[in-house]
Amino acid sequence: MKLFVPADAAAQSVGADEVAEALQSALKARGLDVPLIRTGSRGLTWLEPLVEVNTASGRQGFANVSALEVPGLLDAIVGGEPHPSAIGLVESLPALARQRRLTFSRVGVIDPLSLEDFRAHGGLRGWARAMELAPEAIVQEVTTSLLRGRGGAGFPAGIKWKTVAEAKGARKYIVCNADEGDSGTFADRMVMEGDPFMLLEGMRIAARAVGASHGFIYVRSEYPRAVSVLERAIAVLRESRFLGTGFDVEVRVGAGAYVCGEETSLLESLEGKRGQVRAKPPLPAHEGLFGKPTVVNNVLTLAAVPWILEHGGAAYAALGVGRSRGTMPIQLAGNVKHGGLFELPLGVTLRELIFDFGGGTASARPVRAVQVGGPLGAYFPEKLLDTPLDYEAMAKAGGILGHAGVVVFDDTVNLAKQARFAFEFCALESCGKCTPCRIGSTRGVEVLDQVAAGVEPEKNLALVKDLCTVLTDASLCALGGLTPLPVLSALEHFHEDFTRRSR
Amino acid sequence: MHAAEYFARMHTTSWNVEKARALVDAERSRVRSFLSGDGADQSAMLPALHALQKTFGFIHADAISVVAHALNVSKAEVKGVVSFYKDFRTQPPGAHVVALCRAEACQARGSEALAAHLQQTHGLQPGQTKHGVTLENTYCLGNCALGPAALVDESRLVGRLDVAKADQLVGSLKERES
Repeated sequence: MKLFVPADAAAQSVGADEVAEALQSALKARGLDVPLIRTGSRGLTWLEPLVEVNTASGRQGFANVSALEVPGLLDAIVGGEPHPSAIGLVESLPALARQRRLTFSRVGVIDPLSLEDFRAHGGLRGWARAMELAPEAIVQEVTTSLLRGRGGAGFPAGIKWKTVAEAKGARKYIVCNADEGDSGTFADRMVMEGDPFMLLEGMRIAARAVGASHGFIYVRSEYPRAVSVLERAIAVLRESRFLGTGFDVEVRVGAGAYVCGEETSLLESLEGKRGQVRAKPPLPAHEGLFGKPTVVNNVLTLAAVPWILEHGGAAYAALGVGRSRGTMPIQLAGNVKHGGLFELPLGVTLRELIFDFGGGTASARPVRAVQVGGPLGAYFPEKLLDTPLDYEAMAKAGGILGHAGVVVFDDTVNLAKQARFAFEFCALESCGKCTPCRIGSTRGVEVLDQVAAGVEPEKNLALVKDLCTVLTDASLCALGGLTPLPVLSALEHFHEDFTRRSR
Repeated sequence: MHAAEYFARMHTTSWNVEKARALVDAERSRVRSFLSGDGADQSAMLPALHALQKTFGFIHADAISVVAHALNVSKAEVKGVVSFYKDFRTQPPGAHVVALCRAEACQARGSEALAAHLQQTHGLQPGQTKHGVTLENTYCLGNCALGPAALVDESRLVGRLDVAKADQLVGSLKERES
């Protein structure tokens, strides 16, 4: 028998460590020699802390376990008795069985720091295949997969790699963007905490493909658990000589700047400077970190690579819709009953996600607005919930897919306040390099305050729209450039919130 | 919640320029050996500042020249970096820091009402310290399906916060203030 308890930060935030400790002492008290393995999270956050025990038929789950009920739970497990927390076979739960977990296949299953566990569950097979291929053939495999950047911009990964592979440079870099700042997203964190070797395998493959010798993972400081797991994972891989032999990786911790998720700002930060964006061109693929050719990819992009190499680009491209191929780890959050991570082929609709997977709102009130793609994403009304989650459909509906965070709001939300927050957030996080973003965001807050105070609302709302045009057209990066999306979508779909003074 | 078990106090070391130099030099050496070239010294900026803040709780005014000297950059450069990133404090925090998430996913789960409660009931305002507890605003802790969320002492994430849990948390942190 083996017991499994997540050590993912989300599970820890609701008591997983206390449950693990209580299990350890209860096992000891009973003189039982049962291994307790700390895993990542399955991503079914409403079940956390989720304790699992392996049986002949598979892993049985016990949901929402508290430390207090551990002794009784252990007696039930050992005696094979029924227990009120039992939820049956975890992998048969519809919320998991209906997923297509390629990237997340090991997350929540294995001990993230056991190389043996990793290999036993298919780890390093992608690398083994990459070793058999010439670098150009690796790039070709990624190109064939039609994998697009999962950070938000959706740029084809194969084209980026090809550009870096062909660029001339005394040294090349692989930079993993783990500055996952969008509210409503946590997939990168779950990969880093639940299957860090996969990410490092992806980086090693990228390095071989483009000829890079050094890698950085830039992790936001809000993710202390991820930083600690990654550092230990790197130590394990150096020990096994998978890293440090021709390619090595260092973890860098950000310092609370949302804009550093923008790739050029991230590079400035790695160089030890203020995280101000660079004008493009030159592209980082030509002149990136320290002016050298650099691949900057999101965690999920790099983490998808081992699967693609193992199974072939065509197998990955066979999933998804239109020009959005493969799977997307979608994060369902906010006011939703069953939130968490669901890895699905691109193209699931918001309605299926929120109601079939999410079970509606946590407050049991009607869904009024859904923000997709983080603080720079649009607010969708109920009538647009049949929009599929793919890059093109989201753009057509006036939004972005972004990093695939979906935040649900019930009917108590005030969209005028959310629009104001979008400007406020932009003002707070603006790097200050370009005027539209630096000044426009603050001006946006002021004008919306005028609207809320009932001062010439129509005239001021026209001013907001004009301001949004300037931000869209003249900002250097997506922070200023996309802040108009939440603002204008709120205005378009929820106009009544801006005119009703009582709200 | 038992703060004594969970939460280490934020800073235990008082400012000491020799210790600061040693910390910065150690980060510089580490980054030099990893990068061997390519602007390694300046690249050690964030690691050095993090090391200083972790040890002393904040970036002491005298740390600016220590970092500038070790990394061979101007003091203006260092000050520019310290002021750009909101993690870096130039004043010592309380014995404990609670960073409450104020981003959209937590807003959808009631973080704004929670922030109002912390202010009304405990007198805690973002950016200020009371009874040894510093409250800060943060924007996303990656716990968006289990919000409202907070990060305590830069190390421990707490989720499914409500008024009762927040009261318990703040109470336990206040108790530890000696």
